[in-house]
Order: sequence, then structure tokens, then C-alpha cells
Amino acid sequence: MADASLFAVFMDGVFLKNFLIVQFLGLCSFVGVTKDVKSASGMSGAVIFVITLSSVVSYFLYTYILLPLRLEYLNTIAFIIVIAALVQLVEFIVRKHMPPLYRSLGIYLPLISTNCAVLGAVLLNVMNEYTFIQSVTFGIAAGVGYTVAMLIMSSIREWSNVVYVPRAVGRGVTYAFFIAFVMSMSFANYFKVIPL
Amino acid sequence: MGDNRSVASEFMRGITKDNPTFGLVLGLCPTLAVTTSIENGIGMAAGTLFVLVGSNLLVSILRKEIPDTVRIPIELIVIATFVSIVDMVMEAFTPDIYAALGVYIPLIVVNCIVIGRAEAYALKNGVFYSIIDAFGVGTGFLLMLMLIGGIREVLGTGGIKLFGVQLFDMVSMLGYNPIGIMTLSPGAFLTIAVLMAIVNYRRILKAMKGG
Repeated sequence: MADASLFAVFMDGVFLKNFLIVQFLGLCSFVGVTKDVKSASGMSGAVIFVITLSSVVSYFLYTYILLPLRLEYLNTIAFIIVIAALVQLVEFIVRKHMPPLYRSLGIYLPLISTNCAVLGAVLLNVMNEYTFIQSVTFGIAAGVGYTVAMLIMSSIREWSNVVYVPRAVGRGVTYAFFIAFVMSMSFANYFKVIPL
Repeated sequence: MGDNRSVASEFMRGITKDNPTFGLVLGLCPTLAVTTSIENGIGMAAGTLFVLVGSNLLVSILRKEIPDTVRIPIELIVIATFVSIVDMVMEAFTPDIYAALGVYIPLIVVNCIVIGRAEAYALKNGVFYSIIDAFGVGTGFLLMLMLIGGIREVLGTGGIKLFGVQLFDMVSMLGYNPIGIMTLSPGAFLTIAVLMAIVNYRRILKAMKGG
């Protein structure tokens, strides 16, 4: 995988391996914070930010600390601690220096440390043996793909408020899963018809 | 938490009221991602069950020593330790399932069920009941993964294959035409959506009868 072009890595991350719809990573936020577009875009912004940052940090951690010390088997523990610490740090910095950004992203940041999308991206970087540039590209792409899916989902939910749905489906998680079913059909089939 | 709890009631609560998928709506990522077949579902649930029991046990033993402000990092480290154990054991003894589950095994760390039970139950309760709770929730999770995995495998491939033994095969016996999409990602969303709608429907019926 180390020779995959950056464009291929990016497209993989955004569409073919879309984190929410194809790989099912980060579903809690996919059904939890997509009731309106505003909070969905806030969450997406925070996720792009944190995934990119943790791809960078975890690459250095893995290549320069875990590999030379032959501690690869500790990568799950090491990554989760680093991500949790990173999210805390980002929260402090953003709160101190960028109050407007904190007001829009702030409440979503703590949620992210237990979002499987972040840890998933980092672990997939290691599993695919990506180089540094590829890791960062995949991190950004994963974040963008997450954003695409979150925005489509939240727009559908927001605009379909007047649509009739049976009471057993309701407006909650069940409804979100039915939308996700239709969305994933289009995602899964689109790239069979139009190969990249 | 009154004194009227018993082992059986604490255990059953994890399967019925606090059922991970339909009651708590937690841990959805593995529920959907690995349920392409019953076998994968069982492998995933067994791993999660072990981590749940281990982390509930350790968190409950340490609950008086853990300072409130840093409890979440400590819980994460405890959970990550058990996940690493599961990761290595599965890689060594069940390489097929390990290859099929891939990245989702290390991701048990961020499975909301595990940290949710540590946070909501093990921090407040004794060792014995914490273990019972972990077994209950873990069993509920196992049943859900087997149910969803079973539905998807039967509809998607037309038969059930368990640990290398073909239990039944509708393709050759009945001329069943498998719905391939059920084993892909849309099938996962459809299965869980329909199951949740059925559960909601029963709840509504019950409420109408009661009120």
C-alpha cells in the first residue's frame, strides 16, 4: 500500500472507505448529532481537526517510539492515551486563544476522544503501512468523508420534518437508520457504475 | 440500587432493559460492521464480553482509589489493557476470525458499552454485582450480534455456516436466490432499522394496552 498515489488514498478515505457509511466507524455521532445541520457541521469540523492532528502525532509516535523499542503490540493503549490527551490539549488551546471557534466546536471536542472514527483512522494508517504524507492525507480524507456523510444525513433529517413517518419509526434513531440504509445503497452502488 | 436485587435480575437486566443495542443504543459500530455472519458476530461479542468482565472487575476493585477528576483516562487504560490481551489471544488462536474482524478488535477500546458500564455501574457497585452486570450486558450484546448476523447471513448467502460446518443451505435445497446486498453495508443499516422499528412497535402496543 505504500506506493498508492495520494489521490487514490484521498478518494479511498472520502468515498470508497467512507468512515460512516461503508466502515461503520463513529456511528454514535452519526445518529446522535445529526438532528440539525448546525450541530452536524460543528461536530464534523471538530472531527476533521482532531483526525488530522492525531494522524500526524500517531505517525511519529509509532515510527520513532514504538517501532524502535519493539512495542508495536502496545499501539492500542498508546494511541488511545495520546488521542485523549491531544483532545484535552486542543480544547485548552482553542478555549484560550480562539474563543469564537471554541463556542462553535467546544461542546463536541470531549465527545471525540471516544469516537471510534479517530482511533479507527489512526489504526488503519498503521495497518495499511502508509507513509507520513499518506497518513496525513488519509486522515484529512477520512474527516472530509465524515463531513460529507454527516451533512447529507442532517440535511435529510432537517428537511424531512414535515414528511409522514409511521409512529413505530418515529423521528429518532430508527428513522436515522432507514435514511442511512438508502444513503449507503447510493454510496455502495455509485462507485460500481462510475469507477474512479 | 435498592436491596431487592438478585443475581438473576441483575443478569437479565443486561438482556432486556439495558440491552446494548435496543435499550441503551450503545456500541453500534461493531454491531453493524462485523455482523456479516453469525460466526463473526460471536467472535466479536466474545471479545467484548471478556473486556467488559475484565474492566468492570478491575474498575470496581479500584473504585475507591480512583480520583474523580481523572477517572476517564484511568478507565480507558484499564479497558485498553484488556483489549490488547484479546487482540493477541485472538490473533494466536482464531486467526480466521481475527482477519475478518480486522480493525474492529482494537476498536473495542472505544466501544461505548464498555466504558459506559464501567462509568455507570462498576464505579458505584461492588465487585460481585459488577461482574454479574458485565456478564448480563455482554450476553445481551452477544444475542444481538447473533440475531443481526444470522438475519444477514441467511438472507445474504442463503445458509448458515458455523465454525466451518454448513448448518443448512437454502440455495441448493430450495433454489433460494441470495440477496447479496444484505452482507454489504446497506444490509446492516436495513436490518437494524427494521429490528428497531419492530421493537418500537411492540413498545407502542404495550403502552396503548396499559394506558
